[in-house]
Amino acid sequence: MISRRDFLQTSMAATALLGASGFGKWGRIAAQQALTQDQLLQFDSFGNVCLMHITDIHAQLKPIYFREPSINIGVGANKGAVPHITGAEFRKMYGIDDGSYAHYALSSGDFEALARGYGRVGGLDRVATVINQIRSERPDALLLDGGDTWHGSYTCYHTQGQDMVDVMNTLKPDAMTFHWEFTLGSDRVNEIVEGLPFAALGQNIFDAEWDEPAELFPPYKFFERGGVKIAVIGQAFPYMPIANPGWMFPEYAFGIRDEHMQEIVDQVRAKGAELVVCLSHNGFDVDKKMAGIVSGIDVILSGHTHDALPEPVLVGDTIIVASGSNGKFVSRVDLDVRDGRMMGFRHKLIPVLSDVIAPDPDVAAVIDSVRAPYEETLAEVIGQTDSLLYRRGNFNGTWDDLICDALISERDADIALSPGVRWGPSLLPGQDITREDIWNVTSMSYGAAYRTEMTGEFLHVVLEDVADNLFNPDPYYQQGGDMVRTGGLGYRIDITQPQGSRITDMVLLKTGEKIDPARIYQVAGWASVNEGTQGPPIWDVVESHIRKQGRVSVAPNTSVEVVGA
Amino acid sequence: MELTRRNAILMGSGAILAAGLPLRAWAVGEEAIAAFTGGAPVGEGDITLTAPEIAENGNTVPIEVSSGSASEIMVLALGNPTPSVATFKFGKLAGSRAASTRIRLAGTQDVVAIAKLEDGSFVQAKATVKVTIGGCGG
Repeated sequence: MISRRDFLQTSMAATALLGASGFGKWGRIAAQQALTQDQLLQFDSFGNVCLMHITDIHAQLKPIYFREPSINIGVGANKGAVPHITGAEFRKMYGIDDGSYAHYALSSGDFEALARGYGRVGGLDRVATVINQIRSERPDALLLDGGDTWHGSYTCYHTQGQDMVDVMNTLKPDAMTFHWEFTLGSDRVNEIVEGLPFAALGQNIFDAEWDEPAELFPPYKFFERGGVKIAVIGQAFPYMPIANPGWMFPEYAFGIRDEHMQEIVDQVRAKGAELVVCLSHNGFDVDKKMAGIVSGIDVILSGHTHDALPEPVLVGDTIIVASGSNGKFVSRVDLDVRDGRMMGFRHKLIPVLSDVIAPDPDVAAVIDSVRAPYEETLAEVIGQTDSLLYRRGNFNGTWDDLICDALISERDADIALSPGVRWGPSLLPGQDITREDIWNVTSMSYGAAYRTEMTGEFLHVVLEDVADNLFNPDPYYQQGGDMVRTGGLGYRIDITQPQGSRITDMVLLKTGEKIDPARIYQVAGWASVNEGTQGPPIWDVVESHIRKQGRVSVAPNTSVEVVGA
Repeated sequence: MELTRRNAILMGSGAILAAGLPLRAWAVGEEAIAAFTGGAPVGEGDITLTAPEIAENGNTVPIEVSSGSASEIMVLALGNPTPSVATFKFGKLAGSRAASTRIRLAGTQDVVAIAKLEDGSFVQAKATVKVTIGGCGG
């Protein structure tokens, strides 16, 4: 299998590539035109199998800005391990020059300056160019979509995912797995999946009533490429009915089901698979743990937690590839498979810099046509921002602070709660906020902005529950989102404590008083997984708030004190 | 998150119940284990308990127990007000010594399966099943 030496060679190759980008310090960013598409795509073809991985696009058809997190804390065995290393420390670890395009694409720090220098990222017409370029070299390359594709924008909401289906079909994926797709409701998911021209995989998608594998989603598919028999096994998001509203897809059950994964791996090996690839929406730490339990998987293409890593992580004989989110990256993995074994690999996480990579005209035309009926509504300017608006990070993002402000003022609440999701592009200071921008950070099929009463004690239970989903030392008990965002409420969190003891010093910010467990507070929030939740759509609440403000500005959030990181 | 008012109240009281339970339930569970084993030591070995890490619905959690050589397998939910779930008995001619069922869990807790093997020894397997409010996925 892969020796440590092979792995190091790959690492060095990656470092050399990054070093060759020619960008030293900020002053030279202006020379952006010196960075070429060929440089970004440069790859010395290797072996006999080529995989392309894209995941967690969240319906971002057009180029966007996307700031990577500065706070992403690892717990238990993953403390201090990637992807729980951010900013300058991350760059140092991978030998990435400050101010380089890799700094901009992969890490946080000086985001605004670098974003102005390097421009937007993603856009599925640019992704198409990357894929076509790889296919021109390697016509039999497999394109694998890790899911969270049919969710996350105005057009996706209004077309029930059809915009994404139409555009993705032009990219001709070979297989896909799922997460947010199910929030379209099982009827719609079934309808789309029945018509998909590629495999819809999930070894852990079960019939809820019979607890048997669901017929519509086969566990795996075989491909013959470069004389190699490849099995691609799907692994959907394990905690769908818990993290998202289960009542929208009651016929389905999920779970990690690693014992079933082992059965499937053994089964495909027995049928002659020489390479086993797992297309996963587990989240990175769950994939790492699973790789240590299930034997016989060569490559895990990891999605869900939106991590972008410049080289694979090795667990035993399994390599784990993390390919970011929002259309910002395509991973290329070339593999040498001989005598029924993976003998080596070469990998590159290709950042899709929208100003450097030319759009594919055919795919651009399809994107324009699916957006055309909505273009005027999408482009309406609601306000401007004076602050960088972003979401990613374990505790708060400025977008969430703004959404919480909107909930408190528009819904007349003491406290606001906003879900710790990891999707949602960023906006730079000075940019217009359009209706499309608001939908990009709020769009979902259960976006009612509720207003309810909660006791201080129950608020504590909620925070503890979500904190354990993030900071339980065992990755199998983590759901992969970030901490619920709070508005009007401050607290202290000691992440090393067990559930029930992490959250202390809860304070009602408007009065500075401690939260009284027995008192009732007016709480506004959105994205409840409960059926029958009532309230105006969150995007209308946020739009109304921004319209009243005209220009928005978000002060640094100091209401959460984090201990034990 | 479950955040309508009705569910908030339900969850709130559920959480208090769960917090208040374990001591008494633990004692009942210990008694049931002692009665099953007759006080014999319980090791690890030929017993597999399959349960979800996080329950999709705490009211109906699928579990499965299996063993190559068990004559009886007892299942306990240690955090429930009544920890006893079931005892499965397998005869010498049993085609497979496995059983699956669905159980109700009052909150996050350990589920334990103890098998009495044909040689008279006892082995156990344990799984923590988390019952969570949920919500807020990535």
